[in-house]
Amino acid sequence: MLEIENMQVSYGQSKVIQGVSFKAEKNETLAIMGRNGMGKTTLFKALMGILPSKADKAMIDSESIQGDESHQRVAKGIAYVPQGRMIFPAMTVEENIETGLEKSGDRVIPDDIYALFPVLFDMKKRKGGNLSGGQQQQLAIARALVTNPKVLLLDEPTEGIQPSIIKDIAKVLNEIRKMREITIIVSEQVLSFTMEIADRIIVIERGNFIHEDKRDDVDAAKIKKYLSV
Amino acid sequence: MFGYSMAEIGNVFVMQGFSGLSLFSVLLLMALGLAIIFGQMGVINMAHGEFMIIGAYATVMLSKFAVKYDFVNYYFPFAMIVAFGLAFAVGYLVEFVLIRHLYKRPLDTLLATWGLSLVMQQIFRSAFGAKEVSAELPEWMLGSFKPTPDIDIPINGVFVMGLTALITAGVFLFMFRSRWGLRVRATVQNRVMAGAVGINTKKVDRITFALGCGITGVAGAAFTTIGSTGPTSGSLYIVDSFMVVVFGGAASLLGTISSAFGIAQAQSILQFFMTSSMGKVTTLLTIVIILMMRPEGLFASKIRK
Repeated sequence: MLEIENMQVSYGQSKVIQGVSFKAEKNETLAIMGRNGMGKTTLFKALMGILPSKADKAMIDSESIQGDESHQRVAKGIAYVPQGRMIFPAMTVEENIETGLEKSGDRVIPDDIYALFPVLFDMKKRKGGNLSGGQQQQLAIARALVTNPKVLLLDEPTEGIQPSIIKDIAKVLNEIRKMREITIIVSEQVLSFTMEIADRIIVIERGNFIHEDKRDDVDAAKIKKYLSV
Repeated sequence: MFGYSMAEIGNVFVMQGFSGLSLFSVLLLMALGLAIIFGQMGVINMAHGEFMIIGAYATVMLSKFAVKYDFVNYYFPFAMIVAFGLAFAVGYLVEFVLIRHLYKRPLDTLLATWGLSLVMQQIFRSAFGAKEVSAELPEWMLGSFKPTPDIDIPINGVFVMGLTALITAGVFLFMFRSRWGLRVRATVQNRVMAGAVGINTKKVDRITFALGCGITGVAGAAFTTIGSTGPTSGSLYIVDSFMVVVFGGAASLLGTISSAFGIAQAQSILQFFMTSSMGKVTTLLTIVIILMMRPEGLFASKIRK
């Protein structure tokens, strides 16, 4: 469970996230939707400790992550799949996943990871940088999963990926939640993808949460209006 | 050819080839530490030569001590450990005080470490004097092999070569087979992301830098078996070491090894047939031309960017 109260992020003088609060339960998928430049990535980077932020409260289960560095947050149970994947291009697929084993201390990659992503097993010895966009996205998710997170953050996982693979990614995310019962928070612009995975949708605009809906009550037309330019 | 008989030419090639191999060993030892610090971490460490001299002075001091207490034949392994430990410790300290504030400003590290090198040279001069000193070599390291009456292969050269092979293998295992190596490579490729998968990147930086310095310290210990040590001896090798790392392709260890080999052999063999400076000029020109065609060095790894 992730609980954030009144989180603010600024780049110098300009405040980009204006004090947002939210709670994401165990075994819940929360989607944060908004157009480009509305603060999705900034929010995620702040949650990961990559950007400095202020908040009244930032907790995972009952542990505070306030002021922690990225690697300490990973140890407390956050995992991060950044926008643009950011895999390690000069390392093999296998080594890329192994970097995530830092927390568990395991030497070998657990079998269930390759069961989720068979394509990664086939490409084990290839350089990460030579994979296609969709494969890199799967690799980034695998790398985050081996840290055994309580909260998985995915920043625009569908960006620049072909439609058939987007379907696969939605399937995998649902499977992960069923298997591990973790919290998944995803930022998105594609409503159809969000509707397949999310339990709850929050719309972000200029650094504020302006709308919230359970999936079953979602008024698609209204959300689409928020997302259109 | 050049007024030599064929047999003489053969001998010259063997002996110059061997002296090329010795030069190769020293260059490689120097470059290995730099390949980690500059090639992997991207820190332009102008004080690299001085870390080597730390190791060299440590060895010289220990050898004097060994003469006094009569264990000259055995001190060398200890000297290597002490050299490594000292250079590692100083490297750790320098990273903590200086380098870690400059990772985002690579050109500033150039200035800062150059200043550091001047400071260290002066410390050496004040502590050990401006005169060059030499280590007392163990007896088993003196003399030479004579496979034929005309060929001389010095034993200390062979020793340095063996040592180089060992350390190179060690660095390879460390970088590509160990958990630490994985952390180092991840941090180097993407510092932010390495932190976000759970790696303590600050600690990795510190240990990596210290380790590069430690290896250079061992290079300094090896260096005492073939040359004498003075406060500025390190600066003689700094240009060559950077040349080796850049020519080989900054991020590639295999490239570092091949380029050290190529540069050392070319210099050594050319110097016999031309003057010493013409040999150097020819090697440098060749490197410049090759780098113009392959700007990322000999062994740039092939990935989509």
